[in-house]
Amino acid sequence: MSDKMHIKLTVNGEDKEFLAEPRDLLIYALREKLNITGPHVGCDTSHCGACTVTLNGKSVKSCTMFVAQANGAEITTIEGIGSPDALHVLQESFKEHHGLQCGFCTPGMITRATKLLEENPTPTEEEVRFGMAGNICRCTGYQNIVKSILAAASEINSAKEAAE
Amino acid sequence: MIPAAFDYYRPKTMGDVIALLQEHGDDARVMAGGHSLIPMMKLRMADVPHLIDLQAIDGLDAITIDGGRITLGAMVTQHDLINNDGLSNAAPILSEAALQIADPQVRYMGTVGGNVANGDPGNDMPGLMQCLDAQIKVVGPDGERMIAARDYYESAYMTLRADDEVLVSIEFDAPAGGHAYEKQKRKIGDYATAAAAVQITSDAGKVGSASIAMTNLSDVPVWSEAAGAALVGTACDDTAIKAAVAAMLGDIDPSEDNRGPVAFKRHVAGITLSRAITRAWSRTTARA
Amino acid sequence: MNDMTPDREERSANLKGMGCSRKRVEDSRFTQGKGNYVDDIKLPGMLHGDFVRSPYAHARVVSINKEAALALPGVVAVLTADDLRPLNLHWMPTLAGDKQMVLADGKVLFQGQEVAFVVASDRYVAADAVELVEVEYEELPVITDPFESLKSDVVLREDLEGQTEGAHGPRKHHNHIFTWEQGDESGTNQVLDNADVVATESMYYHRTHPCPLETCGSVASMDKVNGKLTLWGTFQAPHVVRTVASLLSGIEEHNIRVVSPDIGGGFGNKVGVYPGYVCSIVASIVTGVPVKWVEDRMENLMSTAFARDYHMTGKISATKEGKITGLHCHVTADHGGFDACADPTKFPAGFMNICTGSYDIPVAYLAVDGVYTNKAPGGVSYRCSFRVTEAVYFIERMIEVLAIELGMDSAELRRINFIKKEQFPYTAALGWEYDSGDYHTAWDKALKAVDYDGLRKEQAERVEAFKRGETRTLMGIGLTFFTEIVGAGPVKNCDILGMGMFDSCEIRIHPTGSAIARLGTISQGQGHATTFAQILASEIGISADSITIEEGDTDTAPYGLGTYGSRSTPVAGAATAMAGRKIRAKAQMIAAYLLEVHDDDVEFDIDRFVVKGAPEKFKTMKEIAYAAYNQAIPGLEPGLEAVSYYDPPNMTYPFGAYVCVMDIDVDTGVPEIRRFYALDDCGTRINPMIIEGQIHGGLTEALAVALGQEIAYDDIGNVKTGTLMDFFLPTAWEVPNYETDFTVTPSPHHPIGAKGVGESPHVGGVPCFSNAVQDAFRPFGNRHTNMPHDHWRIWQTANRLGLHD
Repeated sequence: MSDKMHIKLTVNGEDKEFLAEPRDLLIYALREKLNITGPHVGCDTSHCGACTVTLNGKSVKSCTMFVAQANGAEITTIEGIGSPDALHVLQESFKEHHGLQCGFCTPGMITRATKLLEENPTPTEEEVRFGMAGNICRCTGYQNIVKSILAAASEINSAKEAAE
Repeated sequence: MIPAAFDYYRPKTMGDVIALLQEHGDDARVMAGGHSLIPMMKLRMADVPHLIDLQAIDGLDAITIDGGRITLGAMVTQHDLINNDGLSNAAPILSEAALQIADPQVRYMGTVGGNVANGDPGNDMPGLMQCLDAQIKVVGPDGERMIAARDYYESAYMTLRADDEVLVSIEFDAPAGGHAYEKQKRKIGDYATAAAAVQITSDAGKVGSASIAMTNLSDVPVWSEAAGAALVGTACDDTAIKAAVAAMLGDIDPSEDNRGPVAFKRHVAGITLSRAITRAWSRTTARA
Repeated sequence: MNDMTPDREERSANLKGMGCSRKRVEDSRFTQGKGNYVDDIKLPGMLHGDFVRSPYAHARVVSINKEAALALPGVVAVLTADDLRPLNLHWMPTLAGDKQMVLADGKVLFQGQEVAFVVASDRYVAADAVELVEVEYEELPVITDPFESLKSDVVLREDLEGQTEGAHGPRKHHNHIFTWEQGDESGTNQVLDNADVVATESMYYHRTHPCPLETCGSVASMDKVNGKLTLWGTFQAPHVVRTVASLLSGIEEHNIRVVSPDIGGGFGNKVGVYPGYVCSIVASIVTGVPVKWVEDRMENLMSTAFARDYHMTGKISATKEGKITGLHCHVTADHGGFDACADPTKFPAGFMNICTGSYDIPVAYLAVDGVYTNKAPGGVSYRCSFRVTEAVYFIERMIEVLAIELGMDSAELRRINFIKKEQFPYTAALGWEYDSGDYHTAWDKALKAVDYDGLRKEQAERVEAFKRGETRTLMGIGLTFFTEIVGAGPVKNCDILGMGMFDSCEIRIHPTGSAIARLGTISQGQGHATTFAQILASEIGISADSITIEEGDTDTAPYGLGTYGSRSTPVAGAATAMAGRKIRAKAQMIAAYLLEVHDDDVEFDIDRFVVKGAPEKFKTMKEIAYAAYNQAIPGLEPGLEAVSYYDPPNMTYPFGAYVCVMDIDVDTGVPEIRRFYALDDCGTRINPMIIEGQIHGGLTEALAVALGQEIAYDDIGNVKTGTLMDFFLPTAWEVPNYETDFTVTPSPHHPIGAKGVGESPHVGGVPCFSNAVQDAFRPFGNRHTNMPHDHWRIWQTANRLGLHD
């Protein structure tokens, strides 16, 4: 064991401070130190994306990042994307279009999708598939995930147009 | 999968990095995005008692296009390569290659420096940098030095960079002519079964120059001078392409793994290369 | 008041009952990251367990030195077989009648086998301590091939030495487990010997793994004060786990509570009982505090629940006109180091004897030889009923090979051999009684939908263009017609460790007219909380939105055998309907009393009972529920509850017709799926949205298995595919859009006619993808090539056929 570090993170808008070993993986720090259990561990090797969070504006796989590396970062997880009273459009859309089954990949999937729609607010189906290729789902075969994201994009865009 | 414990450093200057490397010798490693190193540490295949994170060093993430010279800082990510308009104009092969590496999340973290520095035969950037005839700048206790990408790789994970040196940037001339990065892989997130980086210029309907490198077909990237030479002066027709492929096949030395047996890899290497050459050549007219 | 009453259509829609695409009630928590999976469970003082695993596939364990590990601060215990021996827990029974080491007892039989269990204050210390446990091994010869194994002098299972009788009859060799025979051997041979045409083929259905996104894990908490053990875990069959835990530990069953929380996908991986579960229990009993064990992905792929690994040889005979006359099948089944297959007791090769498929085959014979090797144990049903994927792959490949032999189109060959609609119920040559089917209608619909004749024409043109050197891409048309067999029991045929395979539902109607129903199954993504409420809504006239469905807690749910083999809808769904009907029967009596008429003078009408011939006189189910609790009704007990334990009279036989169109680059071996059409007949459709989702998912898992997903070993038993770099799970980028379609042939014996659907697309999908690859090369002389059809194997086929010359 090495000495513990003093870690400061801003998670879902809240400042968090705690002690952790440098090797503590960000995913475990979130899940076990901060009780933010939305992001999951699926593959351990950065292939599946179940652990996806947004860190300093980037989609990252928190199983492949040490908490020491993340020290000082601003992080958004699924818990910070919507609230029970005001779900994010993507959360609604996944529900509406059956974009999930067992739910294990869903937090990472939706978290990544929020960023994808920031990067590209009007994606084609192909762009959604390519942009979501870092997230594995074993249940849905992706067809309804793609549908959910495309529907959310068009809803966000029509809301924007209406506002303009 | 849990890595062994380590001491973590986030130095602010390159001098501090070098000092740490000198102090800890083999026990220290520098880390950029960490997406090669961290999985190895989690699998306990890499033992790193002292981990030096480069994220706080200023300027390592710069993309500079100065006249015809392009410099990429070691911490430039694959995501940056894809989303930099200047770069997409000056050296479009970079984004074409970067889009074929890993997945969106990994591209946000994975860096050019990490990809080039390690000497992992599966990484795409080393072959690409050889194709571009890049110079790799490393800094060590005795200051900076430049190493040609075409000389840098000795064998798998062994490079000309000394243990107390750090790769800080990569520079190369903006390539002229047509380009292609062609990669066959089993799925998103996989290393190449075979990948080819090709830059070709045309001169009055003939190939003026050609630079060709391939990835994951040997324990080092393979830049084949003979393959390029086989195209120069030709109309880049089937015969010429066959000659270039034959030259490349003489230079690669693939080994069997889960991606397939040697005969398959050699065949796919040839197909991948001929497709890359064809595409690069077709683009020379657009970017003469 | 009656004027305000919504019309019948509206009332029916308000129920959100069977047949509508009701949105899932589970999704609110999952989309907000509020699922509760086993690794989310965090208890005060909880310790973490981690395994020391064998790096060798076959070795003697000479010594284990724990000292350095125990000296590490934070390490509480290091358990080995010697520690478990006094509790008689160093071995455990498997579901297949064999036994398996919990921790290495003198030797190891596969790479990744559990050798010692470290218990520490957190997962980091536990992982460090694993590195400090010193194990001395003496390597033994490794056998990874079952045919070699049956010839070898090396005794893999020394504990069984001299035992010539196994759980399933005589053992022919010290590495042989069982021979399972079905059907008429001499009759079949006679037909084959005298047939016009016989096609013979050998095929290997490779080893793979269900690999749900969540790995396996458990949290055991022994409350020594009250003598109660609580076990949370990734269990597809929590009640069976409770019984097994009681039998193993000696703790009385009422003192054990097993909870399956949300499960991140199962696909068969979470049916078995694993050493990790046992060790977490023992560690909690030893330490007196909760102990968590969660495997990582590599451990998951190396040690828990492989699937398939069947070497199959078939002979199929037919008349010159293509009428099939007989089928012979032999399987050499690689079970790894222990026989831990998750099949009903009497079926050591599962329902492999459904291998006559959808065809009217007069005589057949099947023999399966189970064999030990130095590979991981498992043999689970990966998104299929027990070994049905193997059976359907076998017959659908044999049909293709026979078509080649006959020079006949395989779509037509299928058509002339289908069991006809009027033949149902149909007793197959290997014993099963197919409950219902209308194969010709489904097949014709499918072929028409894809313009089969047009596809064949296009393919022929492509072949010509290829021969002329105009293209390097071939086109394959994959056909499959499959019949699944799902919904085990009946109890008289099917049990697991002696526990009959019924299932159950218990319903309580609350006084205000809402309800809770508990079942013996457990959802792993199938949406039970949504669909079972729909069944009940239609049965009892209470809106699905007012019905809570609960599963997975053995303290509250009625006993059931769990969710796998597509058995939830056929068995627990039936129990739900039957329990609902009990509710309705009592409600009828209450309604009649309230309406002051005879019981027979009221009838059920969507959400109420009405007086026959006077629909304006009625009592809604809400009113009836209130009365059930608050009004003294002569001759009736208060309350409105019911329970049903349903023992199905037969299994159900969903079927489907699939067509895949694929383009294959012969130079790179890269396949591209241009089109996939899937027609499924799962009987009565409860929720079309969920059915479609299940089909998309099952097809994608089928794509993975057919095109690259395997657990591969090298010659010395090292797993070559231990991470998701090499173990193929397709991403959105590699997966096509699927076209779904259906016919409806209700099951005649199921209360609501439903048959189950979750596994059909996998069962039918694998041969369909494979047939597409094989079909592309058929015009060039290909008969059969083994899966997985990854790039290099496809390339090798092209190469073998001279397409690179």
